[in-house]
Amino acid sequence: MLTKLKSLWCVIRRLSGDDAYERYLQHHAEHHQDEPPLNREEFFKQWQDSKWKGVKRCC
Amino acid sequence: MNKTLKNLMWLGIAILGAAAVGGIAMNRGESINALWFITAALCVYAIGYRFYASWIAASVLVLDETRATPAERMDNGRDYVPTNKWIVFGHHFAAIAGPGPLVGPTLAAQFGYLPGTLWILFGAVLGGCVQDMVTLFLSTRRNGKSLGQMAREELGTVGGSAALIGTFSIMIILIAVLGLVVVNAMKHSPWATATVSATIPIAMIVGLYMRNFRPGKVLEASAIGVILLLLAVVGGGWVDHHESIRVLFDHEGLTLAWWIMAYGFAAAILPVWLLLAPRDYLSTFMKMGTVIALAVAIIMLRPEVKMPALTQFIDGTGPIFGGKLFPFVFITIACGAISGFHALIASGTTPKLLANERDIRMIGYGAMLLESFVAIMAMIAATVLDPGVFFAINSPAGIVGKEAIDAVAKISAWGFPVTVEQMQILAKEMGEATLFARTGGAPSLAVGMASIFGSAFGQGMLALWYHFAIMFEAIFILTTLDAGTRVGRFMLQDMLGNIWPKLGHTSWYPSVLFTSGLVVAGWGYFLYIGVIDPNGGVNILWPLFGIANQMLAAIALSVATGILIKSGKHRFAWVTALPLTWLVVITTTAAWQKIFSDDLRVGFFAAANDMAAKLAAGVLPPEKAAVAPQLIFNQHLDAWLTLFFVVILWVVILDMLRVVYCYLVGKPLPESTEAPYVASKLEAAI
Repeated sequence: MLTKLKSLWCVIRRLSGDDAYERYLQHHAEHHQDEPPLNREEFFKQWQDSKWKGVKRCC
Repeated sequence: MNKTLKNLMWLGIAILGAAAVGGIAMNRGESINALWFITAALCVYAIGYRFYASWIAASVLVLDETRATPAERMDNGRDYVPTNKWIVFGHHFAAIAGPGPLVGPTLAAQFGYLPGTLWILFGAVLGGCVQDMVTLFLSTRRNGKSLGQMAREELGTVGGSAALIGTFSIMIILIAVLGLVVVNAMKHSPWATATVSATIPIAMIVGLYMRNFRPGKVLEASAIGVILLLLAVVGGGWVDHHESIRVLFDHEGLTLAWWIMAYGFAAAILPVWLLLAPRDYLSTFMKMGTVIALAVAIIMLRPEVKMPALTQFIDGTGPIFGGKLFPFVFITIACGAISGFHALIASGTTPKLLANERDIRMIGYGAMLLESFVAIMAMIAATVLDPGVFFAINSPAGIVGKEAIDAVAKISAWGFPVTVEQMQILAKEMGEATLFARTGGAPSLAVGMASIFGSAFGQGMLALWYHFAIMFEAIFILTTLDAGTRVGRFMLQDMLGNIWPKLGHTSWYPSVLFTSGLVVAGWGYFLYIGVIDPNGGVNILWPLFGIANQMLAAIALSVATGILIKSGKHRFAWVTALPLTWLVVITTTAAWQKIFSDDLRVGFFAAANDMAAKLAAGVLPPEKAAVAPQLIFNQHLDAWLTLFFVVILWVVILDMLRVVYCYLVGKPLPESTEAPYVASKLEAAI
């Protein structure tokens, strides 16, 4: 039961983008070790701005 | 499970589904239980998904799970990210599900419950889901290109430009009609107006919280926002009971329309993080929560549907909008059965997240099935009302009369008994001064939802439930409105950038102000006319929106059909060509009737000429005569606009047919832009 709740919580975090920074750090550690990662605030700014560039919502 | 057992199970589902569809089609009794609708829908969806969608996946599109998706090949940790299919499903569904499937079925209920229900079920399974799935596939194979890009590269520049202009115009009409729905819900309702206004500062608080106070803590911020929204619903009730404050929120439709235009303009030029993004989070949470709650309530409560299967209004004399069953039921219900707008989401964002091609069936086809189910629930919520009440709420004053006594007399004479007292009691229960002539679908849906929620979760709070439903609809209508204005601005900047490059700079402030102003003026005009129109405006704007949305769907299906044929799959091209043909028939017929019909409630020119004649003869009452010249001009404009939509549609179709002809006679064609095969290295589970 507890593991199920935990995985549901992970899904909700993932869907809402709550864990976006953690996933970015992971991606960064895997692919771009040569440069320092952005801090949380800067990353979130870029992430939010890029998310809103195209058609996001419809009727 | 062994094979025979499986076959037996599917046979059982087929029989149950057929019985449920047959039951709701044949029923001529007083009422029918809503559970029949749910059963019919679930069985039809299950069969469509299990057999048709999997056949399309395996034989038509030939999905290849060994092929690396763009998300895998171009993984950049941002927009291209291989993502678990349930997460992609959630994102995709949140993006495609807007207010459309709630409003359309409510309006179409004037024909009775049956035509709309059948179209929602079969239109989705054979048309809408196929469109979404095929578009998602084509875009995935092309590195997530947009519909416009695919049209240009695979068909030609003509088709591509037509698709772009089509998308822009549908956006304008869509925003106008949604704005009108909100205005009609807030008109002279201090409670609704106060609650809806409160959503703006609440969104800003949430935006500041997750930008500055606790950066990136999306869930925390949203939870605070949702609690504040619920408090705003309660707070609206307090405002409504407070003599001196309530007048601040008690406004005419026109005043509210100006406010909505100002809001749309502000939202388009303010940074996204302050208003747009947080509002979007709130609306997504509200939407998901309410849809689930509605499903639970309907299943718990099993309400009786009281609307007849068919009403006399299939002959075209309906009060909510004019026009016969064919083609107008298919125009009125666009989202929920097939919506061209989805093709914009299915090409673009979603393909960049797909981890594996085999997820295309679940995400493309499956998410649209869920949206169709939302439309079925909206149909149930509208038809559980007494038909008399439904028509009293939705019929504009211009049709049934301004005075309550005239309206109930007229509606009762149609065979849908309703009394003034009944409406007064209902309005009082819902915490409103009146519920007459609240055209647009939102209030009647809110009354329906409130009565369902009230019976399931506590009758005492009907007024709260009603205003919760209004807030819920308003918040995601406003989300579509501000996001749409912004997207419209980007598109316009893109187009104008070809004429004067400087206008194309999305961060050059004069250009931002200028193009945002143009977009708001575009939809603001239609909203303004809709508000001053004594017949409610919805009867003009909603069919225009439906035609535009179906036109966009037809464009998407044309692109899909053209590509299928080009790639040698002409044997299977009927999968998209069939819904395409149907859409072309209904949009062209509807457009023809809207332009040329002699029926004053259908034909734009007929209505304009009639009003001009009456104005010249001096028989119009003074308040109508004052707005008549504007209405006449608008009817002409709408007629030309409809003609323009049809021309765009046919340009794309002819361009597609040209490609097909070239393919058949072996003439040179634009080359396929499909990305070459690369083997996937990802593990099966992510």
